[in-house]
Amino acid sequence: MSTTNYIGKPTSRVDGPAKVTGTATYAAEYSVANMAYGYVVSSPIAKGKITKIHAEEVLALPGVVQVFSHENVPSLAWFDRSYKDDVAPGGSPFRALHDADIKFSQQPVALIVAETFELARYAASVLRVEYQQEDHETSLETQRAKGYEPGAGKTGFQPPPAPRGNPDKAWEEAPHRMEAEYVHGAQHHNPMELFSTTVEWRGEGKITAYDKTQGVMNVQQYLTKIFGLKKDDCRVVNEYMGGGFGSGLRPQYSAYLAVLAALELKRSVRLTLTREQMFSFGHRPHTLQYLKLAANADGTLAALQHHALHETSQFEDYTENVVNWSGMLYQCENVKLGYQIAKLDMYTPLDMRAPGAASGSIGLEIAMDEMAYAAGLDPLEFRLRNYAERDQNVDKPFSSKKLRECYHQGAAKFGWDKRTQAPGSMRNADGKLVGWGVGGGVWDATQQKAAAKASITADGKLTVSSATGENGTGTYTIMSQIAAETLGLPIEAVTFKLGDTDLPESPLQGGSWTAASVGSAVQSTCEALAEKIFKLARKMDDSPLRDAKFEDVEFASGQLRLRADHSQAVVLRDVLQASGEAKLEADSSVMPNMVKQNGYSLHSHNVVFAEVTVDEDLGTVHVTRVVNAIAAGRILNLKTARSQVLGSVVWGLGMALMEETVMDHKFGRYMNHNFAEYHVPVNADIHDIDVLFVEEEDDIVNPLGVKGIGEVGMLGVAAAVANAVFHATGKRVRDLPVMIDKLL
Amino acid sequence: MNPFTYSRATAVADAVRDKASHPDSEYLGGGTNLIDLMKENVARPTHLVGLNKLPLADIEALPDGGLRLGALATNADTAWHDEVKSRYPLLNQAILAGASPQLRNAATNGGNLMQRTRCYYFYDLATPCNKREPGSGCSAIGGYNRVCGILGTSESCIATHPSDMCVALAALAPTVRVSGPNGDRTIAFDDFHRLPGDQPEKDNNLEPGELITGLDLPAKGFEKNFSYLKLRDRSSYAFALISVAAGLELEGNTIKDARLALGGVAHKPWRDQEAENMLKGQPATEDTFRRVAAKVVADAKGHGSNDFKIELAKRAIVRALKQAAEGNQHAADVFLNSNP
Repeated sequence: MSTTNYIGKPTSRVDGPAKVTGTATYAAEYSVANMAYGYVVSSPIAKGKITKIHAEEVLALPGVVQVFSHENVPSLAWFDRSYKDDVAPGGSPFRALHDADIKFSQQPVALIVAETFELARYAASVLRVEYQQEDHETSLETQRAKGYEPGAGKTGFQPPPAPRGNPDKAWEEAPHRMEAEYVHGAQHHNPMELFSTTVEWRGEGKITAYDKTQGVMNVQQYLTKIFGLKKDDCRVVNEYMGGGFGSGLRPQYSAYLAVLAALELKRSVRLTLTREQMFSFGHRPHTLQYLKLAANADGTLAALQHHALHETSQFEDYTENVVNWSGMLYQCENVKLGYQIAKLDMYTPLDMRAPGAASGSIGLEIAMDEMAYAAGLDPLEFRLRNYAERDQNVDKPFSSKKLRECYHQGAAKFGWDKRTQAPGSMRNADGKLVGWGVGGGVWDATQQKAAAKASITADGKLTVSSATGENGTGTYTIMSQIAAETLGLPIEAVTFKLGDTDLPESPLQGGSWTAASVGSAVQSTCEALAEKIFKLARKMDDSPLRDAKFEDVEFASGQLRLRADHSQAVVLRDVLQASGEAKLEADSSVMPNMVKQNGYSLHSHNVVFAEVTVDEDLGTVHVTRVVNAIAAGRILNLKTARSQVLGSVVWGLGMALMEETVMDHKFGRYMNHNFAEYHVPVNADIHDIDVLFVEEEDDIVNPLGVKGIGEVGMLGVAAAVANAVFHATGKRVRDLPVMIDKLL
Repeated sequence: MNPFTYSRATAVADAVRDKASHPDSEYLGGGTNLIDLMKENVARPTHLVGLNKLPLADIEALPDGGLRLGALATNADTAWHDEVKSRYPLLNQAILAGASPQLRNAATNGGNLMQRTRCYYFYDLATPCNKREPGSGCSAIGGYNRVCGILGTSESCIATHPSDMCVALAALAPTVRVSGPNGDRTIAFDDFHRLPGDQPEKDNNLEPGELITGLDLPAKGFEKNFSYLKLRDRSSYAFALISVAAGLELEGNTIKDARLALGGVAHKPWRDQEAENMLKGQPATEDTFRRVAAKVVADAKGHGSNDFKIELAKRAIVRALKQAAEGNQHAADVFLNSNP
């Protein structure tokens, strides 16, 4: 054994001390000289035109530097393509302060820049803006007939596969049938950290933007295209994020406005949105789902239909994969999947943790529960009888799929065998109703092209870098683990740098692909560096490795040694010092191995068991226990991985029980736009959560065998809770969140 | 938030004088509600009179056996005060059911009474609100009104008073001590807050410039048979959808005296003395409680998204009275929120 094996170990966060001591710097905390402060003025109306902005009144306030609006914004890039970012959906991206048109409530209509934040905020509160209001439409219910099938405009979007078999006929002929509609409301990401950008003016049109984003490269290309900047003149940095959840995938208007002001004023500018304004951009869309399932007498699925409709803006076709998962999670020969979106006068929705799948798993997994009850089967047994050995959507085998083991291990941990099937049949010691529910899901295991660079100095200190992000998931830590283990160094000797466009190119941090993509690049880069070190080691005087081949040696415990004989070793630092080189460097860029992957369906899976107690008189629900069993390939760090899944479960509970942004359609405006009224779970809502990672080896997905866990942990949580509520009460709530009033 | 001046008073009379000499001024205690309202531009005072140096933070026994709660004692210090825990555990429970530890550490007793009513529209300047701009209309009526009231509402306003502490106080019936430009006076707690009527901009019956200096609790604390039951959308840090403060005095199984107040239902903490009278002399049975609960909500009116509160209030009243009658409620020690 080596002392430098880190991969898979529950390693503590390497950035933890910086975070808890306050030395980790976030976008709004960078201190730059001569800074001005911005504050956004937001539209009170959902549709119409700005007829007058009384900018002169606030410009008269001493200390107000400028009021930017469509009336004075300089001519910028003309074409939509310049405003498209890496994950922009089809359509015409929103341009802040572009013209007098109001397209959604809370649209930014002006940016005030002042010498202090307080003054900018005050000026924003007194700026008079006149509007000509027009009729808006913000209700998805009224647009059911206006849904349409979107084109494949957005990266990662897959239109549903063609129908297979004859689902209508099979449904008619089957002995057990169900059909139902499921609904969940809109949700906003609401990371704790507000969106903020500090733009440092470096003179002569050069800027550095410290921006809250999950993709510095994405923001850089967005800004350079719009403002006609050279890449070298527009550095974008994000070293830490106070949560993202997808909200930082697209460049936000705050970044655009801060840069606009800095370039116009030739001055450093900071802009921070308010919590209320955090409800002014992307969200998980309000979604309607219709499911129609049938089962044969033996409990196998005879037919499955899943249709979804969700909202988008008037200007972009936001898409996510809501229904496709239903064609691959269970074995079924008669399947029809449908997916539509409808335009409303609101901002474009935005990927939110497990976009599409979190929504789709609500419909599918509650419907599976209903189907199991209709067929007289235990819901877990029903799933086992319909286990998919192949991905029928693409007719390929899975590269690996240990979902059955998840079912068995999760059920054993939870004690599922003690469940009684009848609703209302279980109670706790206090006499409260107890319900046990199950749900789960499937998510893509994706790898993207990514690059990294590594350099080691004569004192044995390794620095590895890539322009990826850290939104609290543990990127710093797992990349340090991979680098340390690959070069046999103690993790304390490794520094990983990220979140800077000056670093090697890396994809957005999202889609659960960072561990696989950047991890592969880090591993490959460190291997390249290892080869260089090895060559130097052979050249050392009396080197015990002089006749060895690279395959014969390993890097471990600070040494380079023969695999077959650990006594034949040199100390890594001695190699570097003997070489006389001050520094050794390597870089590499890694693409997914398409040839290897092509014959397979690459996915992670999970199952969630939830226990609720319900006070039947008062309608209160507590989720007392959750077991989430996950098969997601190799787990790089059991500690950060578990933390990430705990967060997913907590969010899933919120989705099940309380989280919803509610719009008043009269105003076309979200009304609970603050943390007092937009409820996310608090500590008192959270009880026992168990996370199981089921062992799953997979050398097809990528050399590390990693599938990513950012999204999969959230799947099925809300459905498992809703199913548990049914089991406790006999009440089938199909309209999430399940709040008190729905159980009275 | 608009620019404002600030002064710090060290004597009650100075505070009252300072406030009187500044139009558009407000008293500032813990600031947990006023500062929020200022950040949202709902309140725009041009001068703040800081109160925290006034000698009003004590909690002391009264000769008549009651307890005086200083207006500047924090909610947390009040809840954890030994006399409150042993003699007024209903108040202890209600305070600890509200807000968060951080807020309770800052919020004062006087400020708790002074917090504005809660409504989505009151807090959003983009929408009309009679309370914020008299005459502009009520957006909650016909709009999204999950948190709004079902009792004592008017065509002008259906907002609810958000306090938990005040619901327990409504049941315990202290007197509110105030000082103002015209001297000192006391106000019965039930007369302190107002129903909206056609003047929803007024939350209470204080005269201009009057300052709360304390609350005098009567000796009777219902420490044996009480319950504070709060129902909300999550287990902590959420306003009550419905809350019930119940206190009973029992002789055997017969109710000798009773107190019953509700939160989350009205523009003021809703004490129902007719319901209390109905309870007196009756056996403490579920049947009694059901009849009383039905009476409390007999005139309740839902507004769409809060219709459920009528049924929920009934059930909560029955449960709270049952819990009170059982007499096994205790002052909370650490966490009271999350018994699943």
